[in-house]
Amino acid sequence: MVMTEIVKVKGLRKVYEGGFEALKGVDLTIRQGEILALLGPNGAGKTTLISALCGITSPTGGTALIGGHDIVTGYRAARRLVGLVPQEIALEPFEKVINTVRFSRGLFGKKRDDALIERILRQLSLWDKRESRTRELSGGMKRRVLIAKALVHEPRVLFLDEPTAGVDVELRRDMWKIVEGLRADGVTIILTTHYIEEAEAIADRIAVINGGEILLTENKTDLMRRMGAKTLRIDLRDPVDAVPPALAEYNLSRTDDGHSLTYTYDTRGEGTGITRLLQALAAEGLALRDIQTTQSSLEEIFVDLIKEGAA
Amino acid sequence: MNFPAIFAIYKYEMFRFFRTLMESLLSPVISTSLYFVVFGAAIGSRITEVEGVSYGAFIVPGLIMLSVMTQGISNASFGIYFPKFIGTIYELLSAPVNFLEIVIGYVGAAATKALLIGAVILLTAHFFVDIQILHPGAMIAFLLLTCISFSLFGFIIGIWSQNFQQLQLIPLLVITPLVFLGGAFYSISMLPVGWQTVALFNPVVYLISGFRWSFFGAADVPVLASLMAIGLFTALCMGVIWWIFKTGYRIKS
Repeated sequence: MVMTEIVKVKGLRKVYEGGFEALKGVDLTIRQGEILALLGPNGAGKTTLISALCGITSPTGGTALIGGHDIVTGYRAARRLVGLVPQEIALEPFEKVINTVRFSRGLFGKKRDDALIERILRQLSLWDKRESRTRELSGGMKRRVLIAKALVHEPRVLFLDEPTAGVDVELRRDMWKIVEGLRADGVTIILTTHYIEEAEAIADRIAVINGGEILLTENKTDLMRRMGAKTLRIDLRDPVDAVPPALAEYNLSRTDDGHSLTYTYDTRGEGTGITRLLQALAAEGLALRDIQTTQSSLEEIFVDLIKEGAA
Repeated sequence: MNFPAIFAIYKYEMFRFFRTLMESLLSPVISTSLYFVVFGAAIGSRITEVEGVSYGAFIVPGLIMLSVMTQGISNASFGIYFPKFIGTIYELLSAPVNFLEIVIGYVGAAATKALLIGAVILLTAHFFVDIQILHPGAMIAFLLLTCISFSLFGFIIGIWSQNFQQLQLIPLLVITPLVFLGGAFYSISMLPVGWQTVALFNPVVYLISGFRWSFFGAADVPVLASLMAIGLFTALCMGVIWWIFKTGYRIKS
């Protein structure tokens, strides 16, 4: 195992009673200190994968190492490194925030550390609520309590299973800041999310899972560069009835009102063809009013990948 | 052994008990007092002695056993069922703990609560009748073993239950009848001969008999048989719990 790899999954399978195969031999490597976003549609296997790695569900086959410890044979050492924030808000409603956080630390065999608990609760803006019963908290605060519980035993790997599901935009951005802060502290973060925008904003690498299989794992920037087509929109001063035949090689598309032409190009090629296109437009006597470029969003890339996988 | 984890579970469960201390203690004290009023004073006044002991004192071990068994079961079953119900079981399953540590934490707390309630009932009984404890060491041992074994049984019920109705099903339909028919309020020797044989198939008879022996020195069945019965029941419960954690039955998919 390479030193920088903190999680190494090889051929991990999970077949439920009744024969449903939720994981079909997943291979995945997660590097220390990175934020990996695990993307996939509902039922893709994201939560099953996390559950298997954390000990909530038993894998049917394959192996997984966390910090070099097998999750089955060396489960104690492996789990000591892991913190989990589950998808559903699961808290004992009548317990005080501080007690439920202390309980989590104790479960991991760690001695009581009030200074650490105070630091974590302050980081998560929960210190003032430490004596509140969890049922008295808002949804966003409950999610933060779950994060505090996951962090209180000082894990090196944190699994966040849809941490911002159902929370408002402001709180989502707060959560991103928390995640960034954790990464700065050296915590490796594996994040499942439905919000592609979230992965685009904070992840270092993207893994796409569908039908229990990892379709790809790639650096986010590389993925967007590799798979993201760019488009150049040219707004004309005077509308055109049709794309001039001299510009046919550029496969331009024309808007209905004839005021704009769109050119799709690939940044990976040696030349984008933009210079030649602009020269050709000038040669045709077309005057330009404005030009702008846009890049495919991660969401578009994700949808394409899922479609390809299904095909 | 992950002792801090065991202690964390134990402490957490005990906090729940102390949070509702009055309700936890008041209810068994009131019901025991009612038993004394009904069986001890109203009915007991017409029964002079059973096996040389006043009827009021005779029913004390049975009453303690009744409370300890039902409390052990309800505390342990609720203790493990509640995390399943609200979803916090994920925390236990993803923590570096094994099944033995989880069981010691939950069953230890449930047994402690049952033991405390047993002690409170014994104290309450003192207000109604004079009680002698002939073998205090054996009394404590029987009480402890019963608390532990029935808490283990409650833990199994908590894992097995899929809703609150099921949680109540076995205590109501199985345990209460077994305790009432197990000689809590009478000696087996008072039954017709045929029913005495039938009663010997009730495991609770052995527990109550052994416990009553520790008070008055008289028993329906040999003390060794009582010890073997409770030991067998404990081993059986441990075996089932080991199997539950090995297979993940109703706790792990």
